[in-house]
Amino acid sequence: MADIDASGGGKQKGNKKRSKKQSTKVDMTPMVDLGFLLITFFMLTTTFSKPQSMDVVMPDKSKDKNKQNQDVKASHTISMVLGDDNKVYWWQGIKENGVDPVVTATDYSPKGLRKVLLQKVAEIPKLVVVIKAKKKAKYKNIVDVLDEMSICEVPTYAIVDITPDDIKLTDKK
Amino acid sequence: MPKVKVPRKNVSLDMTAMCDVAFLLLTFFILTTSFKPEEPVVVDTPTSVSETKLPDKNILLISIDKGGRIFFSVDEPDTRKAALQSMSAKYGVKFTDDESNEFANLPSIGLPIQNLKEYLSLSTFDRTKYVQPGIPVDSLNNQLSDWVLYSRSVNNRLTIAIKGDQESNYEISSKVISCLQDQNINKFHFVTGLEANPNKKKKN
Repeated sequence: MADIDASGGGKQKGNKKRSKKQSTKVDMTPMVDLGFLLITFFMLTTTFSKPQSMDVVMPDKSKDKNKQNQDVKASHTISMVLGDDNKVYWWQGIKENGVDPVVTATDYSPKGLRKVLLQKVAEIPKLVVVIKAKKKAKYKNIVDVLDEMSICEVPTYAIVDITPDDIKLTDKK
Repeated sequence: MPKVKVPRKNVSLDMTAMCDVAFLLLTFFILTTSFKPEEPVVVDTPTSVSETKLPDKNILLISIDKGGRIFFSVDEPDTRKAALQSMSAKYGVKFTDDESNEFANLPSIGLPIQNLKEYLSLSTFDRTKYVQPGIPVDSLNNQLSDWVLYSRSVNNRLTIAIKGDQESNYEISSKVISCLQDQNINKFHFVTGLEANPNKKKKN
């Protein structure tokens, strides 16, 4: 016993040190795997969670006369009626001397509504667009129209309730 | 003997640094994540070029699904609870403390207050099967308007957002909007998806 201890003493010390060094090292591969797996999961969930939104400001409904806006020239206004089947009807001005304004039907594509709006914005600097929606119009339509307003940089626009006259005008088309 | 030991040492790689980075990122993402609240209906929102984000807190969300049903949700549990108390006082439907606590944990509701008690008594699993009829907005029974009114009277920092399905009829949204306008809320948000802005493309 003594012999073995004495003979292997120096070597064993060295061996012990080595074995200690080996035991401190842990295989981290599974831990890193797990870490990255969780990272991917959280990255994907964060990026898709925040919804986009669109600011909408409606005209004030209050009857207070002092708050009412100033009058606008009828020829500077464009009325837009959102109908069913993804159609939009627009006309400039109002009914004058019993003559109905010319109603044009178009669609929501860049070649339809946007072309009209860009042209009108260039023609009339103080353009006012009045947006009215029929009952059967889709919610998507109103978002599309509001979108066109911001794309074409229309200075003033508002969403208002539709009147029976508007329905009559567009039904003819 | 030493010649044999040398190649063995080189096999293992030190992963400590990599592990550190991985967990640093992990903590960051865990802390920044806020999970989507569970929604009772799938709402397919239309896309728009608007890039405004909704705020994180104090959102009063009115969802409109494809069939025109209206759902209401407020993200603050305290506001929700207080609104329920006012609603129960107005409509004469009594709720126990347990029920109102249960209500505070609900993500959103889409049913008349008269049916709410029955809905709250269901288990979480049964609730997913329950078909909610939507909150009434008729002129005689305008519960949505009351929900909005009471929530706002408790918490006046609420941002109003409308999340409509793109196929829903405008008739329903116009009812919701006029209900908001009656309360002098003229500024609100439409929740939308993202779409490329053609103007920006031109400028770039």
